[in-house]
Amino acid sequence: MRRALGSKVALYVVLSLGAIAFLFPFYYMVVGSLQTDVDPTPAGAFPDPANLTGDNYAAINERINLLQGLLNSGIFTGGVLLGTVVFGVLAGYALAVLQWRGRSATFALALLVQVIPFQLLMIPLYVMIARDYGLSDTYMGMILPFFINSTAVIIFRQYFLQLPPDLFSAARIDGAGEFRLLWSVALPLVRPALLTAVLLTFIGPWNEFLWPFLITKEASMQPLAVSLANFISNIAASTSNPFGAMMAGAVVLAVPAVTLFIVFQRYFTTNDLGSGVKG
Amino acid sequence: MTTDVAASAGRTGGDPGRPAGPAAGGDAATSRRRRRILGAQPLGILFSAPYLAFVVVVFAWPIVFAVWMSFQDYFFAAPGAEVDRPFVGFDNYVTVLTDPDVWQAFGNVGIFLLINVPLTVILSIVLATALDRIVHARTFFRVSYYLPYVTASVAVVSVWLFLFARNGLVNNVLGPLAPDPSWLVNSSLAMPTIALFVTWKGLGFYILLYLAALQNVPKELYESVAVDGGGRVRQFFSVTVPGVRPATLLVVLLSTITGANLFTEPYLLTGGGGPNGASTSPVLLIYQRGIEQGNPDVAAAIGVILIVFVLILAAIQRKLVGGDES
Repeated sequence: MRRALGSKVALYVVLSLGAIAFLFPFYYMVVGSLQTDVDPTPAGAFPDPANLTGDNYAAINERINLLQGLLNSGIFTGGVLLGTVVFGVLAGYALAVLQWRGRSATFALALLVQVIPFQLLMIPLYVMIARDYGLSDTYMGMILPFFINSTAVIIFRQYFLQLPPDLFSAARIDGAGEFRLLWSVALPLVRPALLTAVLLTFIGPWNEFLWPFLITKEASMQPLAVSLANFISNIAASTSNPFGAMMAGAVVLAVPAVTLFIVFQRYFTTNDLGSGVKG
Repeated sequence: MTTDVAASAGRTGGDPGRPAGPAAGGDAATSRRRRRILGAQPLGILFSAPYLAFVVVVFAWPIVFAVWMSFQDYFFAAPGAEVDRPFVGFDNYVTVLTDPDVWQAFGNVGIFLLINVPLTVILSIVLATALDRIVHARTFFRVSYYLPYVTASVAVVSVWLFLFARNGLVNNVLGPLAPDPSWLVNSSLAMPTIALFVTWKGLGFYILLYLAALQNVPKELYESVAVDGGGRVRQFFSVTVPGVRPATLLVVLLSTITGANLFTEPYLLTGGGGPNGASTSPVLLIYQRGIEQGNPDVAAAIGVILIVFVLILAAIQRKLVGGDES
């Protein structure tokens, strides 16, 4: 009995140490963004009312347009979500429910694509999209390489597979076409999958740095991650409180994804993702 | 068979104006042939067509293009300009392999992987096992572990820059023990610091994978070890660890691929691979050579070598970890 209690306590100690290591940098980000003068001593980790200010947010907003950045990030992410939900659902449905030649090859392809590192494609994609198609500094050029998320396709397939086949044959006998079947029978039943896939897809483009960094040179087209990175590497040094301004930018970039994730955390579950990755 | 009937019924239903009689017989023969070639529900091809087109444009063709480019004297030209880009055989590969910066970058990735992969596996399996055993505050712990994973690298990199700055909190806490030169400008500590950052950032995702795998470990196995007098530690090593071996292989492979693709962290944390290239990664080099210096052919060759490097590593890891039955 005592031993069992001891091991329970040990479990919570290990987990709490982990939680501190994971949460502290976020806490420190917020505290740092509100300091008038940077205080990097341990005491500075506790907010001091005399040293609090919103000036850092104004300071970074003067150098990079935060609102425009958020808007660009939103359009980039929205485009990817639209492509993934429309064409990803169609492909997932075809892979799970319909019988057609090339079905297993297409599924194998969707799995393979997930292990192809995007960075290896960056030079040819840059040549094609920026040079050949002339799509640099456009939303289209930003969205194209991420347009349909393969992990989402696999999650959709997994969920459609769990629906009973009789459901579909019954509806077909009643004369429903495949689009009708997908829209009014299958989709309403897989709504949780839709949310999981949307969440998972969201964090990709919202957090993506390398590709929009390559393809946008105009500040007015840059997603927030790119303009914040430019601020960090080129501009920060010339502000009066560089770290405060950096933290303020980081908070603005982090808040939308973190909020969405906390609100919908129960859709971000083990089994969906596990099956998504393992197929 | 049922689906067949249903499918044709569906088609008839969708086309009520179709004439009956001999014409329908001929129709049936063509549709049988079509079915043999395209499958019972050719609509599936139509539904998947956008996705397949996407994969061809964004993955298949660029890979072919990259390999082709690495054997050409390829350079950027104005769109539509007629330029001669001759085949140069292995010239680009010779350029790459005689470049000490490339060797250094691959060595850096080696150091990165030696730290990142074992640390990721150990921490995520331990935290996932602990998380699987508790009842209270599960959601709180789960969410706090996934938070870095769902947050943009650029945002969390700024906090790490702040924490690990020369006068930052970490050095303040360490006092006289603080390394000199500081973490990110110290040539032997820059890469380990990046490895630590990436481990921290990605751990939540791997914990998620292990949590899923733990659901498949039969509970009776734990009981039988307990009956034999084995404690928690025995249970962990003789049931949990072998039980999640397929997940371990997946975690090792995925973290290796992620590590080979390192870009944002050295670009921002160490100001582009400093000090003196001690934290340059191959992808950073691809960016510098290909886009900053305008040698996409050389950059493509580095990319091809990187793929081969990862494939060799993956094959070795598969042998070492085993458990590839999943």
